[in-house]
Order: sequence, then structure tokens, then C-alpha cells
Amino acid sequence: MTATVDPSATAPPDARPLVTVRGLSFHRGERVIFQNVDLDIPRGKITAIMGPSGTGKTTLLRLIGGQLRPDAGRIEVDGACVHELGRRELYQLRKRMSMLFQSGALFTDLSVFDNVAFPLREHTRLPETFIRTLVLMKLEAVGLRGARDLMPSELSGGMARRAALARAIALDPTMIMYDEPFSGQDPITMGVLIKLIRTLNDALGLTSVIVSHDVKETASIADYIYLISEGSVVDHGTPQALERSSSAWVEQFLHALPDGPMSFHYPALPYAQDLSLSKEAALD
Amino acid sequence: MIERLQRLGRLALLSLARLGKATLFLLRLLGALGALGKRPGLMIRQLYSVGVLSLPIIAMSGLFVGMVLGLQGYTNLVDFGATSTLGTVVALSLVRELGPVLAALLYAARAGSALTAEIGLMKTTEQLAAMQMMAVDPFARVFAPRFVAGFIAMPLLAGIFTAIGVLGGYFVAVQQLGVDSGTFWSRMQASVGLVDDIIKGVVVKSVMFGWVANWIAVFEGYDATPTSEGISLATTRTVVNTALAVLVLDFVLTAIFFGV
Repeated sequence: MTATVDPSATAPPDARPLVTVRGLSFHRGERVIFQNVDLDIPRGKITAIMGPSGTGKTTLLRLIGGQLRPDAGRIEVDGACVHELGRRELYQLRKRMSMLFQSGALFTDLSVFDNVAFPLREHTRLPETFIRTLVLMKLEAVGLRGARDLMPSELSGGMARRAALARAIALDPTMIMYDEPFSGQDPITMGVLIKLIRTLNDALGLTSVIVSHDVKETASIADYIYLISEGSVVDHGTPQALERSSSAWVEQFLHALPDGPMSFHYPALPYAQDLSLSKEAALD
Repeated sequence: MIERLQRLGRLALLSLARLGKATLFLLRLLGALGALGKRPGLMIRQLYSVGVLSLPIIAMSGLFVGMVLGLQGYTNLVDFGATSTLGTVVALSLVRELGPVLAALLYAARAGSALTAEIGLMKTTEQLAAMQMMAVDPFARVFAPRFVAGFIAMPLLAGIFTAIGVLGGYFVAVQQLGVDSGTFWSRMQASVGLVDDIIKGVVVKSVMFGWVANWIAVFEGYDATPTSEGISLATTRTVVNTALAVLVLDFVLTAIFFGV
């Protein structure tokens, strides 16, 4: 099943989706990760991509970021086909997009301050005093100005993600992709991250893509949700629309039901056969 | 039988594919060297890490290898009344073979394995992916500085190993066993040539070993499976493959430079 949001070729540039995915197929060996997937990421909104673990949500972000190439289909970011760009053009595009990795992916040999300053030092020729001001502004936005001198090993999981978020917004990107931003976080940190993602998105005019399986938290800030499973888009819509969905799968996922269309059991031989029981014994 | 042949063929194909991947990696690495000129600090920091921090083990090993050479040489030569050639034996052994080879093996164990583990861990913790997403090329920022630093450090470490080895030999032969100091040094000076022994031995060999050792170390880190087991295997492969490559290359270079 594919979900198609018709792109309006004649729409003004700002009304067009920032990211369009058409006919995306991707395999890892024999395993199908995506099969003919279509989706759109609208500008200035928070779009969530949700689904069970192992459905390729992170892979989708890596495809959008050009770290992986699709086997078929087309992925466009701001009108540029990501996988057709040369390395130089791709790197230019990446300066306008950012990604918050699940682990934070802070550079372990650099302090929090130097981590946030890293993209500024790499891509600008700003004087150090100006970089200091910018870094402190970004750290203030995520509440970690006082932690600037700490090393990543001294941060809690939530602080590491906030520091990584400060680094992600250092170059004032157009789009941020969040890979499982809430996983493994305590309720307070989760609340902080939810507030930060919403505030930053609105204050900086960002386009945000959140990949997550934390239903409640993600639905609370998402403007639009895509649900993916087994290589295709199962359903999509606003959180309110999905809540009213009649799909058994959507209901199972959104309400965390242990069994349903998505089976509790991994595909296997019949139980009795696996235990080498005779037919009669199995019937008994 | 057919199955064994198939397995052998599959192994050969996989090895060739990996060699091809390593060669492509090297080409891209060489293409990124130009960026180093703008950021020499990155390379200097790595030079400290792989070079300066390797000095203690290189110096200690050189000293003891030289002392052993002095002792063994004396024990064997004294029967023939030829202890006057001890300086030559110690120096030529170190300059032509033991200096560059042992320094390379020690380098692989101390610095090469650390390079692989560091890069592998950066890959596992998504630091390399994060760098790419920040439009920073890890080849220019991470791999090239480490490769060049190791390449520069290797001949220097081999030279230090050799020099300290000669001093170790001198200490045992002259200070402990009573070989004449003037004879020890003069015979060494007369028999060790600058080009034929020092350049072809220590310099050329260690430059080649440095190239191979650092290529293997950086590539194994880059190619490591991003799990703890993957890093462990990659680190082991670095040490084993470097040791094998250095010994095979040493034979080839010895045959070219010193063969009949």
C-alpha cells in the first residue's frame, strides 16, 4: 500500500513539500525494507514517521539524508534529487539539513562547547568570539549553557541529546530529522525534549521529521503522522484523524495492543512440529 | 570435494572484493590529503598520539633487542676470536632488518590497533555518520590526518629503535663484555653504508611498512562491523594482517635490495 499526497507542480515554492518520496524501494540483501513507498514532508511542520521497531524508520532518514541510495524511486529534498547529487552538491544540501541521532553521536573527544562549535568552525570563517556567542546562544536554547565545559561522558542521556540538538541547530538548518529522540528517556527529560522540538520548530521556522515508536509523546507534537510497517505506509493523517481510524493495525499500534494484525509470534513452524511431537500427541 | 573447492573459491572472491574495497578506500583517502594543508593541526595531534605515545615501547624494545644482539653475537663470535666484528653484526642486523621490521610490528600492536579501535568506535557510535550529515567529510577530517601522521611517525620510530638498539648492543658488548670501544665503533662505521644500508634498510623499508600498516589500520576501522565484536575482530585483523604484510614485504624488499 502506498500513500500518495499529490504534489502540486504549479503550487508556489513555499507551498510545495520540502521532501517528496516517490516509488521508494530499498532492500537489504533478501529483506525488503521499503516497497514502492510515497510520502511528503510539508514545510514548517512536524511530521512523524512511526512504526514498530525494525520497520526501517531510521533507514528512511538515512535515505533522505543521502547516506543510503534507494534501489528504485526518487527522493527529493527542496527540489534536489538526493541520490543523483555529486558529493559536493550533497554536502551543500546537508548544510541545510540536520539530523539528531538516537545516541546523540557527540564527538567523545570534544567538550559540549566544542561539539556545538564544530559545524561552525568547519563551515564558516567566523572569528572565535562570534562563534562563542553563537554556541552559547544555541546552548542556552537547550538549557545547557552551564554544561559547556563538560565532556560527553559526563552527560546524562537526556543532556547528551540536548547537546546534540544544540549542535544540530548550530548552522540554522531548514530541516531537522530526529531519530528516536525519546527512546530510553525518563518522563521529565521526555517532556523537555517534546517542548524543545516544538519550540525550536516554531521559533526557527524549521521543518521537523521525527522517527519514533513512542506513540503518545510523538502524537502530542506531530502535525502529521505516517505509519509504516513491513515496507509500506499503512496509514497517514493528522493525529486526530488517525485516532479515529477504523484500521485494526492502526488501532493495535496506537493503543499498544499486544496482539492483532501484527502477530505476537515471529513466523515459525507449527509449535508441535517444532517440538517434534507426533500428530496424535499434539492433538492430545 | 566440489564443496571444498566452492568454499575456497568463495573465500578467494571475498578476499579479492575486500582488497578492491581497500584500494578504493585508499584512493579516496589520497584524494582527501589536499585538505590537510589547510588544517595541519589535525595531523600534528595525531602525530603525538601515534608517534610520541609509541616512543616508550619502541625505545625499550630497541634497547633490549640491541642488548640481546650484543650478547648473542659475542657468545658466538668469541669462539672464532672475531668479537671485533660485533659492532658490524649489531648495526647491520638492526639497520637492515630488525629495526624497521620490529618497529613496524610494535607500531601495529600499539598504534595501529588503537587507530582501528578508535575509528571503529566512532563508526559504532554514529560519530562518522553525524559528521557526514554535518557535511564534513570523514576522509578529510578523520582518516587522512591519522594515515599521514602514522606514515610520518613510522620511519622516525624505526630510526629511534635502531639507534637505541645500537646503544644497547654497545652497552653489553663494550661495557659489560669488554669488547674494545674503538674497534666496536670503527668496524661499524666502516661496514655500514649510508645508501646501501641505512637508506635502503631503515628508511625505505620503514616508509613502505608505514604505508601498509596505516592503510590497514585505518581501513579496518572504517570497514569494522559496528558492534563491540566487530571492533574486536577488526582490531585483531589489523595486528595480524599488518604483521603478515610487513614480513612478506620485508622479504620482497630484502630480495630486491640485498639479494644476490
